[in-house]
Amino acid sequence: MKWTFFHKLGSPKWFYDISGRWLPWFAVAAVALLAVGSVWGLFIAPQDYQQGNSFRIIYIHVPAAFVAQSCYVMLAVAGIVSLVWRMKLADVALKCAAPIGAWMTFVALLTGAIWGKPTWGTYWVWDARLTSMLILLFLYFGIIALGQAISNRDTAAKATAVLAIVGTVNIPIIKYSVDWWNTLHQPATFTITEKPAMPVEMWLPLLLMVLGFYALFTVSLFMRMRLEVLHREHKTRWVRDVLEKLS
Amino acid sequence: MSGLSELFDMGGHGVYVWSCYAITLVVLVLNVAQPWLARRRLVNEEARRRRREVM
Repeated sequence: MKWTFFHKLGSPKWFYDISGRWLPWFAVAAVALLAVGSVWGLFIAPQDYQQGNSFRIIYIHVPAAFVAQSCYVMLAVAGIVSLVWRMKLADVALKCAAPIGAWMTFVALLTGAIWGKPTWGTYWVWDARLTSMLILLFLYFGIIALGQAISNRDTAAKATAVLAIVGTVNIPIIKYSVDWWNTLHQPATFTITEKPAMPVEMWLPLLLMVLGFYALFTVSLFMRMRLEVLHREHKTRWVRDVLEKLS
Repeated sequence: MSGLSELFDMGGHGVYVWSCYAITLVVLVLNVAQPWLARRRLVNEEARRRRREVM
């Protein structure tokens, strides 16, 4: 593989151009997937024979939890790239993805709590799955706060990268918490190796919602990263040209 | 109960389901609106700065 590709990948201008071209497609995909998935999940999918209609919360709870966890893994990967290869764009990605991940964790926790009330009879229990998700939220808060507290961006990049990498220890704990400990939480809905335990008319809208959440995550991430790139590179010729065209 | 209100009541679970969907919608919109507004602010500031330079 040519190294020029790697340099291009790290170039803010290259990212700005390519993300600008992809952004509308991701936006259209996100809106379409989320609209179809929501209507399907809310009105067309059959009720659960045990949980009744409250199970329809799964169509936002599970996608939010998926994105919350994979976003954290993405932060750690970006952290490694930023530490090892000093790629500035990786730090931009880390900084911009953290708040989205925090919001997704918040949604997963809150919808889980609201779902818990009619299903378990309580909003919250201190069991392994719920507690490890709460720790994930605090890890996101820690990364955001650390990045804001250090004014030198190079130092902040190193510190947040290290915290993101160290915090990945929590990800397998979240994943296996339902197997390792006795818990109220139900086991995984989707696994790669087995067929879903739900009928098709229940899991197909869930699949659409998961893809829709990922598409929307990408839209928000690209928008934030493009803005961050404009701020960081504001002295360069190409950013001046971009802003001149826009204003 | 009429068909429509039955649809929204969801056998007593409606309040849980709809509050979840409403909160999620707000959060998702917020995550796109915030960078969009910040970008517009940046562009406006730039336009103002340019006008000052011209004068």
